[in-house]
Order: sequence, then C-alpha cells, then structure tokens
Amino acid sequence: MSQAVSAVSLPAASAAERRAAVVRLSLTDFRCYARLRLDIEAQPVVLTGPNGAGKTNLLEALSFLSPGRGLRRARLAEIDRRERGADTAAPWAVAAVLESGRGRVNLGTGHEAAEGKSTERRVVRIDGHPARGQKDLAQYLSLVWLTPDMDRLFMEGSSSRRRFVDRLVYGFHPDHAGEVAAYETVMRERGRLLADGSADAAWLDALEDGMARHGVAIAAARAEVIRRLDSAAAERTGPFPVPRLVLTGEVDAWLGEMPAVAVEDRVRDALRAGRSHDAAQGGAACGAHRTDLLVTYVAKDRPARDCSTGEQKALLLSILLAMARELRGERGEAPLLLLDEVVAHLDGARRAALFDEICDLGAQAWLTGTDDELFAGLRGRARFFRVLDATVMPR
Amino acid sequence: MTGPEIETLIQLLAKLPGLGPRSARRAALDLLKKRETLLKPLAEALDLAAERIVTCTTCGNLDTIDPCSICAGAKRDVSQICVVEEVADLWAIERSAAFRGRYHVLGGVLSALDGVGPEDLSIARLVERASASEVKEIILAMNATVEGQTTAHYVTDRLAGTQVQVTRLAHGVPVGGELDYLDDGTLTAALRARRSV
Repeated sequence: MSQAVSAVSLPAASAAERRAAVVRLSLTDFRCYARLRLDIEAQPVVLTGPNGAGKTNLLEALSFLSPGRGLRRARLAEIDRRERGADTAAPWAVAAVLESGRGRVNLGTGHEAAEGKSTERRVVRIDGHPARGQKDLAQYLSLVWLTPDMDRLFMEGSSSRRRFVDRLVYGFHPDHAGEVAAYETVMRERGRLLADGSADAAWLDALEDGMARHGVAIAAARAEVIRRLDSAAAERTGPFPVPRLVLTGEVDAWLGEMPAVAVEDRVRDALRAGRSHDAAQGGAACGAHRTDLLVTYVAKDRPARDCSTGEQKALLLSILLAMARELRGERGEAPLLLLDEVVAHLDGARRAALFDEICDLGAQAWLTGTDDELFAGLRGRARFFRVLDATVMPR
Repeated sequence: MTGPEIETLIQLLAKLPGLGPRSARRAALDLLKKRETLLKPLAEALDLAAERIVTCTTCGNLDTIDPCSICAGAKRDVSQICVVEEVADLWAIERSAAFRGRYHVLGGVLSALDGVGPEDLSIARLVERASASEVKEIILAMNATVEGQTTAHYVTDRLAGTQVQVTRLAHGVPVGGELDYLDDGTLTAALRARRSV
C-alpha cells in the first residue's frame, strides 16, 4: 500500500518522509484490552464506536510512547487489566513499531511490578534493549494530545495550565522534565523543613538555591517555547481563532527585565524573605510554580475563559497545531496527534480545516468520535476503524 | 516446606540490596549445595568482618584499624580532603588512583522528606577537620543528584568560616563519550565549565 502511494503521488511520498508514524501497535493486558495488534499505514487513523468501547484506551496506550504518566495521568497499576471479580491483575505492556525518516524502530513500555516491593516502575525498551529511562522515548517520537479532560483547562486552577505548558515544552526540550522534577523535589524538601519549624538557615539556603536554579531554567524554557508558539499561531489565518499566549508570574516578568543570573538571585532573596510566611501558609509564595498561562482570543479581545466551549476547544487546537508546525520545522517530522472526541465540538468549516491541516502537516493523527459521519471529510485520506467491546475492526 | 533455619537464612539474604525473596531462595540453596567451598568460608568471613571491621572515627571509612589506613597513611597528602556521600564513593575514587589526599564520608545526603538532617551526617566533624592548619582544600565529590547538590551547597555554607578553598568535581563530557549522545543538561554544564587548553 505504501509503495503504491509513493509510486503514484510524489507529494504524498514526501509527506510520508516527514511523518513519524506508528505502523504497528500491540497491547497486552492494557485496561479493557487483553491482547490487541493493529497494523496500520503512516496515515491518520479514525476510531469510532459507542462510549466505553475502548477508543480512549487506545490513545492512552499511544501516549505511553512518550515520557510521563500518559494522557489520563493514571497510576501504573490502575491500567493493568483485571478480570471481573479477580483479585490480581496482569501488568500491562504497549509495543509499537515506529516508522520515520530515520527508519523503523521498535518501542516497548510497560508496568513492572518489582518483586517483593510496593514501588512501581515503567520500563522502556528500544529495539529490544532496555532504555536508561522514559526520557529516551522523546528522542524518537513527540506526541501532542487533546482530550475532553482539557475542556476545562481555561476554567480550572493554574496548575493544570502549567502542566499543559510544561508538556508543550517537553516536545522541544526533553530535559525540561528533569528540571521540573528536580524543582518539585527541592520545593517539597523546603516545605517539609519549614513545616517542621527548622531554623537551619544554611539548609534552607541550599534548598532555595536549588529552587532558584531549577526554577529559572524552567521559566526560561517555558518563555522561549510560548514565544515561539505565540508567533507561530499568529502567522496562521483560517477558520481557527488566533490565540495570544502570555505567561504571567513574578519570575516570568523578571526574566523579561534582567539576565537569568540576576533572576536567580532575586528568587533566592524572595524565598529567604518569605520563610515565615511560607511556614505559616505552606507552599512557597515565589517561584516557577506560580506561573500561569493567559490565553486571549485575539479577534474578540476576550480571555479564553470567557469564550464559548467550542471557541475554547478551537483555541486549544490552534495552540497544538502551532506546536505541531514548529516541531515539524525543528525536527523535520510532525508529532503524533492524539485527538480524543475533538471534532464533535467543531463547526463544519473548522472540522474541514483541521483535517486539511493534519494532512498538510503529514502528521499521523489518531482521532476518536462516536459518529462516523463527522469524519466524512477524511475519507480516502485516513484509515477508519470501528471500536466495539475492546475489539478494533477495519471499516 | 523448610525448617526455620533455612527460612531465617532466606529472610536475611532477602534484606541484601538487589536480592528479592526469589533470588534469596536461590542464593540460600546455592550456599547449602556448596557447603564446604562457599557457605563455611562465607560464614567465617562474615564473622571476621563483624568482629574486626570498624568505622574510622576520623573520616568514616571502613577498615580494620582506626584511624583507617588512608587517614594513617604516611604517603597521603594531608592538605586535601575529598568529601563523599558513602564509603562506596570513596572506593570508586580510590579505584581510579587519581587522588592521593584523604577522605571524609558524610554518611548520606540531606533529605527533609526522609528525615535526614545535618546532625545525622558527619558535617560538624568535617568542619572541625577543615579548621586544622594543614588542610588547604576541600573537594566536594557528591553525586550530581538534587539531594547531592543540596548537600554540597549546605557543606560549602558551613565551611565558609574556615580558611580552606572549597572546590567541587567538574560535570561534563564523560571520557570516551560522544557529544551526540549527551543530554542537554550535561552539555550545558560541560560548556559552562570549559577551560583553555
């Protein structure tokens, strides 16, 4: 099939070269799937079926081909498939064959319940060899997703928006995840020390130094990526709304005014001055964990949280598509797009524009929905599957 | 299935790092099969170790004498002290044979979440040793982890009142390593710590 495409149509072939695509996906004991093997081509995939059929589970499995906790942020053991009434569950595994401009690579990941230990670990294998960690996955594939859980992104507290920003940053800078983890560790340590009423100033100094160094590195990476996405999204005119992206937060503002080293000093000073306040209130009043993302619908000059549900979804899509374009420009291939129940919220013009953009990008998008008709615009350009009771059948 | 003696053996072996209950059972069986060649010599070695090996009251190293053979060594450079987290790190540096000074084992790293504070580490003793007139340099050789770096910062702070020069190990390109395979963080550290040739 792929040979036939490259023989008859050159543009399609060049798009395929720029595409990182999963051509085989195998699941073992993953949520509702006891065993599943799906062979596909490097083109978009449409999964339709009733609620609870297992569509999102497939996207979640794909989301584990990138570092992190997957698109549901579930605990590893929650994903293990459990027979009805059974006490024990089998640990899950996801394997994929990835095809990209650099050739084929086998990626595997799964839950490893350590013998005699309560800790759980996600193991990663690349071409059959154990990887050093999940981070190695980011070298092969970048992933972007949009799920119904994110519908309230602009309405909820700032922590989910920060997580969203950080996921955007991971796509460009895989090491950002390490900085975020280090920052959270030192911040928790400082919180514990303050809560215990410790007066060891040197220890607090050491932890605040860590918060300043890691925090400023985090803020600088966020600022760079958000600036890029803001200008990439603004270049695009079409039925999708143009968002304006601004990071709001003390540290982010300081980074705009002075060199990073000076910001580190300022954060250190602010944390030292805020010790008694933080001891009483918990947390830390200053730092990279207080950043928020402000999104504005430019044409209407309206903050995203005041926009309609459909507009909010379209704004999110604008941001993710801008990221996909930027990533393709940087890495030479578009990321995998996991779009869960996205099209139902879009009007006809935006739906058509989304399908065209996916095909232009040469991105392997995985789209889910309950209704086949919504995806009519992708006929002939995507593979369609029907998902029913944890079975996946081609249509 | 088995008598209490074997069960006790398995349970004790399972407490060793890297051994789970299954591998402990295998180790126990293997020991019992090789009673003369392995089990008895091991028991004697363990007995001897328990009896003779002590922690050096100066540096925290393990040896049969106190002060340990490194602290007492006449050929060791007394002007340098290398600070490490654990005895395993001391052994690693000794294997390299690149350092001829003396050591100081902290016995862990600061971790508020695990309840390990400065009083649980051998920091006061380090400050005391650093105040001796013959000591000129303290080399911090903590792991490049979050906790290791926090501890290094803390120790630097505590040494601020002494006359010694405080240095730390360089972070960067591993010997024989290829740049293409390095992560961004290591490359950034290597670039920052560049030096003229």
